[in-house]
Amino acid sequence: MNKMRRTNTFSVRKLPGFPAIAILCFAMLYAPIVVLVGYSFNAGSSLALWEGFSWHWYYAAWQNDQVQTAALLSVVVAVQASLYSTILATMAALGTTRTRPYRGQTAIYTMINQPLMVPEIVTAVALLICFAVIKQATDYRGLIYLVLAHTAFCIPFAYLPIRARLEDMDKSLETAAADLYATPWRCFKKVTLPLMWPGILAGAMLAFVISLDDVVITEFVKAPGQDTLPTYMLGQIRRAVTPEMNAISTALLAVSIIMVSLMFILSRKKSRE
Amino acid sequence: MGNTTSIAINQVSKKFGHGKNLVLALDDVSVEIEENEFFTLLGPSGCGKTTLLRLIAGFEHPSSGHIQLHGEEISHLPPFKRPVNTVFQSYALFPHMTVAENIGFGLTMQDKPTGEIADTINKMLQLVQMEDLRDRRTDQISGGQQQRVALARALAPRPRVLLLDEPLSALDYKLRKGMQIELKRLQHETGITFIFVTHDQEEALTMSDRVAVMNNGRILQVGSPHQIYNHPAERFVADFIGDTNFLTAELLECGEGESLLKLPSGKTVRSGQPEAAVNGTVHIAIRPEQASLTDDLIDADLQGKISNVVYSGSDTQYHIDLPDSEEFVVRMQNRGTLNVNWQAGQKIGVNIESGAVQILRN
Repeated sequence: MNKMRRTNTFSVRKLPGFPAIAILCFAMLYAPIVVLVGYSFNAGSSLALWEGFSWHWYYAAWQNDQVQTAALLSVVVAVQASLYSTILATMAALGTTRTRPYRGQTAIYTMINQPLMVPEIVTAVALLICFAVIKQATDYRGLIYLVLAHTAFCIPFAYLPIRARLEDMDKSLETAAADLYATPWRCFKKVTLPLMWPGILAGAMLAFVISLDDVVITEFVKAPGQDTLPTYMLGQIRRAVTPEMNAISTALLAVSIIMVSLMFILSRKKSRE
Repeated sequence: MGNTTSIAINQVSKKFGHGKNLVLALDDVSVEIEENEFFTLLGPSGCGKTTLLRLIAGFEHPSSGHIQLHGEEISHLPPFKRPVNTVFQSYALFPHMTVAENIGFGLTMQDKPTGEIADTINKMLQLVQMEDLRDRRTDQISGGQQQRVALARALAPRPRVLLLDEPLSALDYKLRKGMQIELKRLQHETGITFIFVTHDQEEALTMSDRVAVMNNGRILQVGSPHQIYNHPAERFVADFIGDTNFLTAELLECGEGESLLKLPSGKTVRSGQPEAAVNGTVHIAIRPEQASLTDDLIDADLQGKISNVVYSGSDTQYHIDLPDSEEFVVRMQNRGTLNVNWQAGQKIGVNIESGAVQILRN
């Protein structure tokens, strides 16, 4: 009986050609990356001709002053943007999950996630124009514009894991804390915050990765000389391409994989509790 | 049992939502709960018992009416300002704290001195027999142990009133029986007023000093388990607690503490005084175990035909078709092989014990 039902159930795995299509899809996804990573170890300066294994291009990239400056700027912007966006996202998540249902809640939810829906190029142009006006008026040309822009588009990425964490949390825990003489502030400090902490960390890491690899908005907003790693690479690729680009890309890839893995481990911890 | 009032609920109503979605969760409820009492709110789900508990705890505030604790108005105090603690149905233990930290939470929030907190934690661990598990995380202990931690945590700040929201419903049968006795012991030892919410009538009858039966946001009857079981005032109470036969009868006489009723069979029976003013045709309730079968059809209080015999070990239930088509159930204890000879299809008489007839309000 049981066996019969199993054979009759529709299963996508039994469709003809399923393994072939699956393998093809994965190949399409990963082959370019494998090639990129592979040629970052090329001893020669060609992107197509293998001339033996070497760490040469990693060393070259490490020694390159421009790469160093760009990488440093990337990290400075990403750290600030992920910090600010996570603080804002935490407040937004509390505001959308820890209040009585109110009118326009869905509208606010949509508005918080605006950067996920509006085409990035539109936001980029809008920011360019907006900041141009401010620059004209104040004559201030610091890094603040880049940080603000990154903070803005990082908010939904930080918001989603934090909100998910808060929604998973048993609300009776906060009720119990209030029942046991905790004022709202102490309840937040002693119960809500410690329990939502993995969500906050996950949100911050996701925001960091998103900020680190942004090109479009950065390209529009940055002042001359404010190159992040991705915009520097974009600039270089227009000229001569050497495996140095592969090396930098591979390093970025490694950082992203580490951050995403950490985030995944933190969310796993979440579901266990 | 003391005689001072602990919690006084005075004409409390609670509405949720508005317009078309308006729900009246509590409808003009008044009740007084005495100090050091084990008081149970009993009713089906959605009857308002949990809402009433949440109002006492301060998680909700009444739409109208007053709640007083030892004569002091508390209706609009937030929960953290009420000397009332709750044991939650889900226990709601803090997963990021140890057993001991959970128990000490209330005292820490009251800013009690560290030494006193440590002493109380030890005393509480002893009280619920959990000394060995003090440094465990709450997800490393069993459901029954979590239940004990939840109790200890709520008792540690020595509240004036302890509220228990169906705390035993997640435990299996044996553990539940054990915890019922444990709860009675704790209530006795601590001398704290317990307000217990349950939908389990057996639990309510076993543990309580007094029971309030609730339905549709109202309290229908308040009384000792004995009163509730033997003298239900309403059809719902009689029906909800235990098994009951309902009949209509003619009220012939109604005197001081006694009344005379004419059954559909034409026989007359005596009953206590009705709870409310009724006359003419009244509804009566008779417990299945307070009636017995007899072969003597002529002198029996009721006559009918056995439609079904259900054997259940310690006793046997006889379903009897009465002439006016109402079904009547008689439950008789199985003593040896005395009464196993009655069979379905047989004509039979039913005798009703004196004092078994209860006149209902509706």
